Amino acid sequence: MKNLIFLLIGVIFGITMFKSEAASWFRIYEMFQFQSFHMYGIIGSALLIGAVGIQVIKRLDLKSFSGETIELAPKTKGFNRYMFGGIIFGLGWALVGACPGPMFSLLGAGFGSIAVVILFSVLGTLVYGMVMKKLPH
Amino acid sequence: MNWIFEPWPWYVAGPLIALVMFSLLMADKNFGMSSNLRTLCAICGAGKSVDFFKIDWKAQQWNLLVLIGTVIGGYIGFHFLSNDTVVYLNPRTVTELKALGFQSAGSSYLPTELFETSISFDVKNFSILAIGGLLIGFGTRYAGGCTSGHAISGLSNLQLPSLVAVIGFFIGGLIMVNVIFPLIFS
Repeated sequence: MKNLIFLLIGVIFGITMFKSEAASWFRIYEMFQFQSFHMYGIIGSALLIGAVGIQVIKRLDLKSFSGETIELAPKTKGFNRYMFGGIIFGLGWALVGACPGPMFSLLGAGFGSIAVVILFSVLGTLVYGMVMKKLPH
Repeated sequence: MNWIFEPWPWYVAGPLIALVMFSLLMADKNFGMSSNLRTLCAICGAGKSVDFFKIDWKAQQWNLLVLIGTVIGGYIGFHFLSNDTVVYLNPRTVTELKALGFQSAGSSYLPTELFETSISFDVKNFSILAIGGLLIGFGTRYAGGCTSGHAISGLSNLQLPSLVAVIGFFIGGLIMVNVIFPLIFS
């Protein structure tokens, strides 16, 4: 039952990514050229609702379905990893126009060549795991 | 109900993404898609030689289900919820892209020049997709998250590291479209 819920959440996410065109390379290019409000509207409204909702959860100490306190994993402190990792990710995001959610939505939509991006992103993560100890974090 | 077959506006998509994030929080999970890439490495046995992948991937099964759902969602969105999938861009963007060699701008969902799968799948396109994938996979894990983990989950929770990461995303993206695109496309 719980598995089905996770699957369903993914389905809603995948449909949303495709239908909102957040999975379109063109939209990502347009966003980085500041030529449309569309992507900023999507991320901004998700963020605004998210931020308000999370404050409500914290202030009212709302519980999850299982009755547990809702945990939001805090990000570890640091600067280098977020800045350098962020820049590297941004380069890739703009180049292929898809991030780790939408790329799977595109695969389902039948754009076969996105499989190359997915395969190499797994490899990229593998390379990170191999060299992470040598990187500034 | 016709609107559902049209491209969804931002004020529909944004709230739905927030809904996805809250649904996962209610199920005791945190929204973050790039963690799946690490899990996939672990499933492939990377944990044998690299400690970073020595994780109990079964504990991440829920996120793989979200991932499989995302694939199914893409299928549904394309096959059942779209009349036409052309992305209508800012006319200025279309002009700029055509100058860069993307004739499909304004008449398709993805640039066919880059994503066309044909027998003559050329080395340049393959390299671009492969390098892009490597940068995404490496960068997200280095930064500890992608758009969902930082720009949505992290910023919603007012995490300073996520703000730094999102600024990094934009520095990288701006360098790519302004500096590197004119060099590799024309």
